[in-house]
Amino acid sequence: MAAIFQGVGAAAALSSSPSNSFDSKKLLFSPRRSFSVKKGASVVVVRSDGNVNLDLNPRGRRAQQLIANAVATKADSSATSSSSKPGHELLLFEALREGLEEEMERDPSVCVMGEDVGHYGGSYKVTKGLATKFGDLRVLDTPIAENSFTGMGIGAAMTGLRPVVEGMNMGFLLLAFNQISNNCGMLHYTSGGQFTIPIVIRGPGGVGRQLGAEHSQRLESYFQSIPGIQMVACSTPYNAKGLMKAAIRSENPVILFEHVLLYNLKERIPDEDYICNLEEAEMVRPGEHVTILTYSRMRYHVMQAAKTLVNKGYDPEVIDIRSLKPFDLYTIGNSVKKTHRVLIVEECMRTGGIGASLTAAINENFLDYLDAPIMCLSSQDVPTPYAGTLEEWTVVQPAQIVTAVEQLCH
Amino acid sequence: MALSHLATSSSRSAALLRPLSSSIYLRRPISTDTTPITVETSVPFTSHQCEAPSRSVETNPKELLTFFRDMALMRRMEIAADSLYKAKLIRGFCHLYDGQEAVAVGMEAAITKKDCIITAYRDHCTFVGRGGTLLEVFSELMGRQAGCSRGKGGSMHFYKKDSNFYGGHGIVGAQVPLGCGLAFAQKYSKDENVTFALYGDGAANQGQLFEALNISALWDLPAILVCENNHYGMGTAEWRAAKSPAYYKRGDYVPGLKVDGMDALAVKQACKFAKEHALKNGPIILEMDTYRYHGHSMSDPGSTYRTRDEISGVRQRSVIQLKE
Repeated sequence: MAAIFQGVGAAAALSSSPSNSFDSKKLLFSPRRSFSVKKGASVVVVRSDGNVNLDLNPRGRRAQQLIANAVATKADSSATSSSSKPGHELLLFEALREGLEEEMERDPSVCVMGEDVGHYGGSYKVTKGLATKFGDLRVLDTPIAENSFTGMGIGAAMTGLRPVVEGMNMGFLLLAFNQISNNCGMLHYTSGGQFTIPIVIRGPGGVGRQLGAEHSQRLESYFQSIPGIQMVACSTPYNAKGLMKAAIRSENPVILFEHVLLYNLKERIPDEDYICNLEEAEMVRPGEHVTILTYSRMRYHVMQAAKTLVNKGYDPEVIDIRSLKPFDLYTIGNSVKKTHRVLIVEECMRTGGIGASLTAAINENFLDYLDAPIMCLSSQDVPTPYAGTLEEWTVVQPAQIVTAVEQLCH
Repeated sequence: MALSHLATSSSRSAALLRPLSSSIYLRRPISTDTTPITVETSVPFTSHQCEAPSRSVETNPKELLTFFRDMALMRRMEIAADSLYKAKLIRGFCHLYDGQEAVAVGMEAAITKKDCIITAYRDHCTFVGRGGTLLEVFSELMGRQAGCSRGKGGSMHFYKKDSNFYGGHGIVGAQVPLGCGLAFAQKYSKDENVTFALYGDGAANQGQLFEALNISALWDLPAILVCENNHYGMGTAEWRAAKSPAYYKRGDYVPGLKVDGMDALAVKQACKFAKEHALKNGPIILEMDTYRYHGHSMSDPGSTYRTRDEISGVRQRSVIQLKE
């Protein structure tokens, strides 16, 4: 319920390091359900049913109730009282692990391979405990040989096994590019449909905390052209677990992009079995003025900016596109038809990134509905610097998002 | 004619002549004669880190005739493909296997359809060996729907899932990790089958091969890596590409066997040996010493980097003539 705030709080907490963004300090919420009331800005009402609503101080525009977290795919109702909330709370990496574990229990052909996934428990603890539970043949520690173990995963998938291949960092999968492109993506086609490759390739990517250029790669832009694969990006514990399960169950090869900085997000997720649609976008915050399309970590920068925007009287509609290939043009299109203005906020590089493709797709399909050219905020086309201040400025910051919306909507 | 050649080239004892000559009186034609014969391979096996198998191969006239028929079929098929390519009915890439038929045929004789085979782009004959029909081959080569990959793959992408033939791969060396993945799946399902991952002497220098070999040896996978050494990686001779052209030794800690790839019986013996070994001890490398008469592909005349004499010299010990 309070996921978004929790997420924002967590992201804000994550981003509050000495040399970092001044924005985060303004919006830091420490306790979970109480918020400091700013001068005439906003009042937070916590309902007994657990819904957190942000009341706008009417400043001459509109005083509408705004549901802070309107995730379209979440089916659970808000009818229960806050004391006996359904579901259980966990961190994003635990949600991934839960999804993986449930699928491994459900289907004996699911196996995991990657560096340090077994005895070590995974470099981000996603596979912790699985080796002890399922044994060394199902949770395989590979040597540092991405090209070959990704190839082996694909070969195993050709026979019907369902491997989950982990790249310790997405950037390392560049070494397996040939296998992912030519074999994973194309074998279903070149064999005339004889083989399906039900493999999941997953790992953390994105810009972290001063990890350096080679460990801050965003591979979604390189992989997006590969025919035959599906790409999804998770951003909350809820969709992380759901997407992981759906990806494993899918007969298609799916690349699941996680983000290094999002592993410690906490959220309450349902107890029962659920999956998220691999090709659906998530409505994070419905609005009227502008459609902001984003995914992965930038979702949190967008939501942070959304707070400022809301104070300034704007009503942004925020959609987490989740499915990077194919795009959910249905949800996106409906939004564009409503708001007529689009801002894309992504962590990819400007050149050849997901935003570039999305801009083209929206222009091709919905040009008549646009009142202004699409704006795309992306990372700078530079290798990510080590110095924190420099790194911060290669990535889109909430202040830039606010400025962009103001420019778009003036 | 065929009978007497069979007798003279393959047997050392006159005793063999008797059952064969008796069959001339048509009491039992050769094609169904399963009297066991033992043949000695002309070239001994050389081994690395293991005991070489015996040079005496068990076979029977029926099998020998099958070898001859299959190899002759494959040879004619490849020559026909050559003509079709020159007639522009086959486009793109076409890599012909003539000269190397003994490897495909000998391997099939030693294994079952439950064992997996994966190879690179010189796959037409391997596909036929796995049970593919000529119609599927030529349809695929000409881009028709009746092809094994429905016309969508082409020469380099023949697959036959029901007989565990996994292709058919264009990128040099990339099929070896796939092959080790197949072996992994076999170990995972505990089904006592093995995988033969074929590659060429050119691919033997790929890093991913050694990566896959390391993992296979580490996890004891039933993977048999078969280097079809035709001595040329496209236009580059093996001595110009590999510091150590003893490909069967390059596995280092993995045992290896060098086999005369022009002799189907030697190939059969080696593959049988390798299958037993792999099921017990993990990966093994087989180096098949063979030769291709055509160039690397149809766009390569094959004469710029080797002499006519060399090619005709190898034809002397031609695989099919041996069987005759």
